[in-house]
Amino acid sequence: MLTAPKLDYALLAPILIILGAALLGVLVEAFVKQSLRARLQLAIALTGIIIAFEQLYRIRNQGTSIAAVTSVSIDGAGIFMQGAILIFAFLGILIIADHDHFAPQASALPGSAEEVSALESGKQQTEVFPLTLFAVSGMMLFPIATDFITLFVALEVLSLPLYLMAGLSRRRRLLSQEAALKYFLLGAYSSAFFLFGAALLYGYSGSLSLNGLTDAIHGSGGNDVFLLLGIVFLSVGLLFKVGAVPFHNWTPDVYQGAPTPITGFMAAATKAAAFGATLRIFYVGLDAAQISWKPAIAAVAVITMLVGAIAAISQRDVKRMLAYSSIAHAGFLLTAVVSLNKSALGATLFYLVAYGLATIGAFGIVTLVRDSAGEVTDINRWVGLGKKSPLVASVFSLFLLSFAGIPLTSGFVGKFAIFSAAYESGNIYLVVAGVLSSAIAVFFYLRLILMLFFADATNDSVSVVIPSILTRIAISITAIATIILGVAPSLLFNVAQNFAYFLR
Amino acid sequence: MTTSTNLVYLIALPLFSAAALLLLGRIADKWGHIFATLISATVFVIGAIEFFAMQGRTGESRAATQKIFEWISVGTLHVDASLLLDQLSICFVLLISGVGTLIHIYSIAYMSHDHDRRRFFAYLNLFIAAMLLLVLGDSYLNLYVGWEGVGLASYLLIGFWNQKPAYATAAKKAFVANRVGDVGLSLAIMIAFTQFGTVTFAGVKESASGASAGALTAIGAMLLLAAAGKSAQFPLQSWLGDAMAGPTPVSALIHAATMVTAGVYLITRSNFIFDASPMAQLMVVCVGAITLLFGALIGTAKDDIKKALAASTMSQIGYMILATGLGPIGYAFAIMHLLTHGFFKAGMFLGAGSVMHGMNDEVNMRRYGAIGKVMPITAATFGLGYLAILGVPPFAGFYSKDKIIETAFNAGGIKGILLGGATLLGAAITAFYMTRVIVLTFTGTKRWDENAHPHESPFLMWAPMAVLAVGSVASGFLLSSGSALVNWLQPVVNEHHEHHTEEFLPPMVVSVMALVVVAIGVAFAILKYRTVPVVAPQEVSVFTKAARKDLYQDSFNEAVFMRPGQKLTAGLVTTDYKVIDGLVRMVGWVIQTSSTALRAIQNGYVRSYALIMVLGVLALVTAVWLVTL
Repeated sequence: MLTAPKLDYALLAPILIILGAALLGVLVEAFVKQSLRARLQLAIALTGIIIAFEQLYRIRNQGTSIAAVTSVSIDGAGIFMQGAILIFAFLGILIIADHDHFAPQASALPGSAEEVSALESGKQQTEVFPLTLFAVSGMMLFPIATDFITLFVALEVLSLPLYLMAGLSRRRRLLSQEAALKYFLLGAYSSAFFLFGAALLYGYSGSLSLNGLTDAIHGSGGNDVFLLLGIVFLSVGLLFKVGAVPFHNWTPDVYQGAPTPITGFMAAATKAAAFGATLRIFYVGLDAAQISWKPAIAAVAVITMLVGAIAAISQRDVKRMLAYSSIAHAGFLLTAVVSLNKSALGATLFYLVAYGLATIGAFGIVTLVRDSAGEVTDINRWVGLGKKSPLVASVFSLFLLSFAGIPLTSGFVGKFAIFSAAYESGNIYLVVAGVLSSAIAVFFYLRLILMLFFADATNDSVSVVIPSILTRIAISITAIATIILGVAPSLLFNVAQNFAYFLR
Repeated sequence: MTTSTNLVYLIALPLFSAAALLLLGRIADKWGHIFATLISATVFVIGAIEFFAMQGRTGESRAATQKIFEWISVGTLHVDASLLLDQLSICFVLLISGVGTLIHIYSIAYMSHDHDRRRFFAYLNLFIAAMLLLVLGDSYLNLYVGWEGVGLASYLLIGFWNQKPAYATAAKKAFVANRVGDVGLSLAIMIAFTQFGTVTFAGVKESASGASAGALTAIGAMLLLAAAGKSAQFPLQSWLGDAMAGPTPVSALIHAATMVTAGVYLITRSNFIFDASPMAQLMVVCVGAITLLFGALIGTAKDDIKKALAASTMSQIGYMILATGLGPIGYAFAIMHLLTHGFFKAGMFLGAGSVMHGMNDEVNMRRYGAIGKVMPITAATFGLGYLAILGVPPFAGFYSKDKIIETAFNAGGIKGILLGGATLLGAAITAFYMTRVIVLTFTGTKRWDENAHPHESPFLMWAPMAVLAVGSVASGFLLSSGSALVNWLQPVVNEHHEHHTEEFLPPMVVSVMALVVVAIGVAFAILKYRTVPVVAPQEVSVFTKAARKDLYQDSFNEAVFMRPGQKLTAGLVTTDYKVIDGLVRMVGWVIQTSSTALRAIQNGYVRSYALIMVLGVLALVTAVWLVTL
């Protein structure tokens, strides 16, 4: 006889609220007339996020691992990660709301008469709001999921909308669609690895949950071909999502092709969700087998840091450069996975927030630099921007300095925290590699700043559009946060440390 | 340790003033410069009060600290934003705020025609705040923040007239060279952290003796790289000459008296690292010796008065760096020379600015001549600075530079003779090029542009010069009488009372030798520059022919001294370009090439990406399998 599973709705409410808002958005698409949709969708999305955040705040101290029959674990790290994702989503949607970045009708063939008429009629593709919310719900589930089925479902729920959203760009639509298809194909490919890994681990432990896996490792010792292959395949799925080398190739192409507001949202929120899940899997599920995977993941971390920093140097496109920068940051964050201690967990939580905010802000700035044909991402055409638009160029420089880890920005504190946690755990070689690649990375960030401020503009056709009020709010919040978290990091750090625990 | 609550104002006041002047905009145009100057003077007064308070305390309690807030607290790392005012930093506080205030006053008149004067003063105050943070931070991390801050202020001020492209380029060059140094500093901090688990000066000092020699040398080398970047030392010296593009008061304050000496401060502050690592000390003295000669030789070839003074600054800081590499006794002399140099070099820069002010911003000394008659005060103050830098007794440089020469000789053995010889040779060349500056500028015949009507500068300009001239005369004696500064600094730099008793040469002999070589240098210069062509030096061969008919002495000078000197200078410049830049470029090339190679992998084909992923999976499987074998 089947008994209905007991669900603790209060604890699951943040996710459910987001899902509800997303469904409401679908209904709006069906029943509300075109001219009202954009505003209504925006209102629904933002309200949903605020209510979800409010509910999350209310349950912040009621951690339990049995909210949904042990499928999820509502614990400190999970709640913190959910909060971070909601904040990223809020800021991301403020920038996404600028419809000028999205195709008026994504289903129209690029260059077709249908597209032209859609452009002329002033149509808007407002489905992007519910799609974002669906992705957010998956992202919120991913870091709290504790069994492989839930993990896989969350992974797909967060990925599928993103595949679509990557193809929505208004300009350079073929590039955008190519990026979407690439992301989908490679994403599906990596999901297959993830699923295969989960199957192997089930075969090894006879349990789908992370706790069951730990028990099995304790029972049988960590040297089993099913276990080892399972760990590798599972890791591949995760490493793909975080953009670690050599599973990173999609990152520059997708970051470049996707509409810039989507790129910013994706870079911040996906990374947070994927690292949340990765940390849980390695800290909770695979901790007992650390001897087998630690060296391999450490090697991936080192290679990722170096490749990200080195490859960024020869980039000629701002979005691709930021993509490689995000790869390098994934490497820094992986050192925290290897460190396996509480301070590394706290440092990661802080770092993800710091990096995510700066990333949303940086891509927000990219949306502003345009010529008559839309956004300009060619670095050579950004030359001399500092003279034309000192404020925009200064704020962008602030984000770059934060990425570079210059003191008094949030990036510095995050990096220092992660390195010091790695030091504490005895992985000094990771610290050395991290510092080296930071040193390399500093050069391309600074080179870009030099180009912005010291070089004379070569042509005058690039201009900075006056940002909409929503974009302005988003960029201001991220810029202010970047400074505050650099000057007074303890504000967030103490919170992150308090939330830095996993429930088994 | 005493706890103080006033230290934060030293930094907060000028920082607030800078922010206010920048944010208020045009409203503050009328009074902004006065406000900034008053703030700077207030900072000096607070510094003086702290100084006297410190004198009233004894022993351990002399140093004062103030915790502002907890900056970073994570895992094993706790960094407070804390200030430390001890015997070493008070010297800097007084120098920075004192000379800074004089230069503020000078700038009121000097920049009076510039419609962006308010912004200029905001940057000056920003610089004061950052520089004070640099010397007051109680940990390497706090120092780093100030270090970046002075870099920012420096390049804002170098590029202040950035409508001229060459000036913007100069700012950029300074920016890049400084960043190379900054990477050194951040690496040093990281290594120090991995070794000691702390980055405060006190913490590192405590555990420095327990660290491995390799680690200490690495930290020392990285600190030296940082110092070289900030203080324009070999091999990162090239930016200082170009930095002269900034307004002259900036050159006086930042690129002569204070910021460029931050490297000396850094090494002195890190004495516990260098004292424990003879290898690092050796590197320090080498860099110091090379730079002091390098800068002096460059000084002989410059016609631009500010660039000649900049080369001189480089050379004089070379002396200080060399002194810091000579162990406990050297630090005090380095700081003493730093202080006296702060007076006389700032004074000479202001003098140069005064001359330029009168000569329609002409900087080519070949277009000067006989200015002493029309600008007597400028000539007199500059002349006192000149006597001080030469080390003529009883002027300031005599006390500080001779001590460095003496200490260099006392280093013992071949090393002592080489270093002592280098410092003596440097003194001779210094005498030559400084005399050249004096002769070309203040004496001889008029070679002015027809539009030039030089006149003495206004009171607001000459008064600071006069004050600095008093410093050029008296500071050396005051600091060294009864070993005042040496005793004062002893708790910071030398705990163990290590006094070298064996002397290679008695002080008297050193002084006589120094005076003799200085006299030779002066004599050469006077003979050589009896006639000065107005034309630029590329026509030197024409001049040579003309000169040869007049004096055989000159051709002797040229053959024996000037031509090899020029060759050497040119050679050094080539070395600078080919070897040093080459090395930098090679590192860049390797990274760039691998970067391009990585880009090739990124070919856009999904099938290739999928293949790379499969290879990645295989590599991971292999790695995991190898580990569990």
